[in-house]
Amino acid sequence: MAKAIEVRDLSYRYERSERDVLLDVNLEVEKGEFVLLTGASGCGKTTLCRCFNGLIPHFYGGDLRGEVCVAGLSVKDTPIHKLALKVGFVFQNPDSQLFSLTVERDVAFGLENLGIDRDEMRLRVDWALKTVGMEKYRYAAPYELSGGQRQRVAIAAVLAMRPEIIVLDEPTAYLDPKTALKIFQLLDGLNKRMGLTVVLVEHRLDLVSRYASRLIIMNKGRIILDGKPSTLFHDELEEYGINVPRLVRFFRKLEEIGYEFGELPLTTDEAAEIIRRIMA
Amino acid sequence: MIEVKDVYYTYPNGFTALRGVNLTIRKGECVAIMGENGAGKTTLVKHFNGLLKPTRGTVIVDGVETKDASVAQLSRKVGLVFQNPDHQFFSETVEEEVAFALRNFGFPEDEVERRVEKVLKRMGLLGYRKSSPFSLSGGEKKRLAIASIVVFEPEYLVLDEPTIGQDYIQKVEIRRVIDSYLETGRTVVIVTHDLEFVVDLRPRVVLMSRGRIIADGKAEEILSDSKLMDDASLLLPQMTELAYKLGNPKIPRTILDENDMLEVVKPLLKHRGGWRS
Repeated sequence: MAKAIEVRDLSYRYERSERDVLLDVNLEVEKGEFVLLTGASGCGKTTLCRCFNGLIPHFYGGDLRGEVCVAGLSVKDTPIHKLALKVGFVFQNPDSQLFSLTVERDVAFGLENLGIDRDEMRLRVDWALKTVGMEKYRYAAPYELSGGQRQRVAIAAVLAMRPEIIVLDEPTAYLDPKTALKIFQLLDGLNKRMGLTVVLVEHRLDLVSRYASRLIIMNKGRIILDGKPSTLFHDELEEYGINVPRLVRFFRKLEEIGYEFGELPLTTDEAAEIIRRIMA
Repeated sequence: MIEVKDVYYTYPNGFTALRGVNLTIRKGECVAIMGENGAGKTTLVKHFNGLLKPTRGTVIVDGVETKDASVAQLSRKVGLVFQNPDHQFFSETVEEEVAFALRNFGFPEDEVERRVEKVLKRMGLLGYRKSSPFSLSGGEKKRLAIASIVVFEPEYLVLDEPTIGQDYIQKVEIRRVIDSYLETGRTVVIVTHDLEFVVDLRPRVVLMSRGRIIADGKAEEILSDSKLMDDASLLLPQMTELAYKLGNPKIPRTILDENDMLEVVKPLLKHRGGWRS
C-alpha cells in the first residue's frame, strides 16, 4: 500500500533565488498520521507543504531535485487538479480561498470543476458542511462570517473533494485561542474518525501538540528532529525557534531537580495526574 | 495620558464596534488589550492616533482631543503598528521604509542613518536593507512594521498583534524591544491573543468583549479568573489551568508561569531525586 507522503532526497530552490530552501529532505508519512510540522520562520516548512499539493513545481517553478510522491502519485508528473483529489490545502488566511456569494457555492466550487453530477455534489456539500459544523450557514455570505467560521468553510471546501490528505499552513494564526482550539479539535476528529491524514504547520504548540501523533522540526531547510511530541520536547527546542509549551517547560524544571519523565505531559489533565502522584 | 471617555463607534456599514468604552492609559504603563475576534480591540486603538474619531464620546491624548488634531500630529506621538503590515508599507526598500517617518519629521540625515542602522540590526533585518518590503516573509514584515515605528520613538507605542507568525526567538526579541521601550519611561499598548506572551510581559490587562471593556487589572488577577476569561473567549494560561486542575489550597490559581509553579510545588513533593515515571 502506498504511503500518504514519500519524500526522497528533496532539495528545492525558488526561481531567481541563489540558495536552496530545502536541503536533502527525506520523509515518509503513513496513512492516518497527524503530523505537526514546525520550525523557525524561514526554515522551509511552508515550501515543503507546497511540494505536497504540486504548487511546487507546477506553479512556482524553480529547481526541484529528488522525488515527492503523494498518495502514490509523483508530484512532478501529476497536474495540480489531479493532485487536488488526493491532497486538500488550507491556507493561513481563509479569504484567499473563499470568493463566492454563499458558503454553499464556495464548498461546491471544486466539485463543479470536476464535473461531478448534481445529486452527488449535493450529498458531498451537505456532508462537508455538517462535518465542520457549518450546515446552518449554507446560504450565508462568507464575508458575514467570523474568522473561525470562514476557516471552517475553507476546510469544508477541501473535505468535499474527499481527499486522503489535508495540509494546513498556520490555519489559526489570526484566530483567538478558543476558536483556534476548536479548529484543532475538528482536525483531531477528522483524523481519528475518518482516518484522514493531517499535515499541520503551526506555531501554537501549546494548543495542538496533544492531538499530533508526530512532531517534525525543520531548521534551515532540513528536517532535524522527528518523533512523538511527548518525547521530543525533552530537547532544548527553543534554540530552533520553537514555542515550547509552558507545561513542558515546567516539567523540564522538575527534571532539573531530579525527576525523570519518559513522556512529558501535553495536557493539564495528564500533568495534574503526574503531580498528584509525586506529591506527599 | 490617553483618556477614552464614553466612546461609541459605528462603522459606515452600521456595525457598532465600541459601545461605551472608558479607559485611561498613563505614561509609562504597559497595557495589553485582549478579547475574542471582533471584540473591538483594533477599533479602539485606531482611536488613539486619530485614525478613527468617536461616533460619540471623546478621546484625549496628552490634553488634546483627537477630534481637533490631525492624524499627522497625532502619529508623531502615538505610533501604531498594524496587525497586517502590508497595509503600512509603501517604500521600495526596507531601508527607505524605516527612514520615511524620520525624514518626514525632519531628523538630520546622519541621525536618520544612525537610527535606521540600529533598529534594522536589532530586528534582524540588516541583511534586507535594499530588499522590497513586500519580498519579506510574514514574520519579517511584522518586524519591519515595528522597526519603522519604533525608530522615531513615539511617546505611545501601540502594537496590534505583534506576535502573529513569530517564532520563539523573534518573540523574545519583540519582548526585549517592548521592555527597553518601557525602560525609557514611554508607554506600550499591545493588542494580542497570545496569552503566554502576556504571561511573560506581565502588563496591566484590559479585557474586551462585544465592544465593551469587561475587566481591567493586573495580569495575575485577570488571566486567572476563569469566568472572565471565558466571557472574553480566552483560555486560561497553561500554569493557571494546571493550578485549577490540581485544586490544592496550597497552590494558588494566580500562578501564571513555570517558575512560580515550581516554587510552590517543590515543597509539596515527595521522594526527590531518582524518581521515574
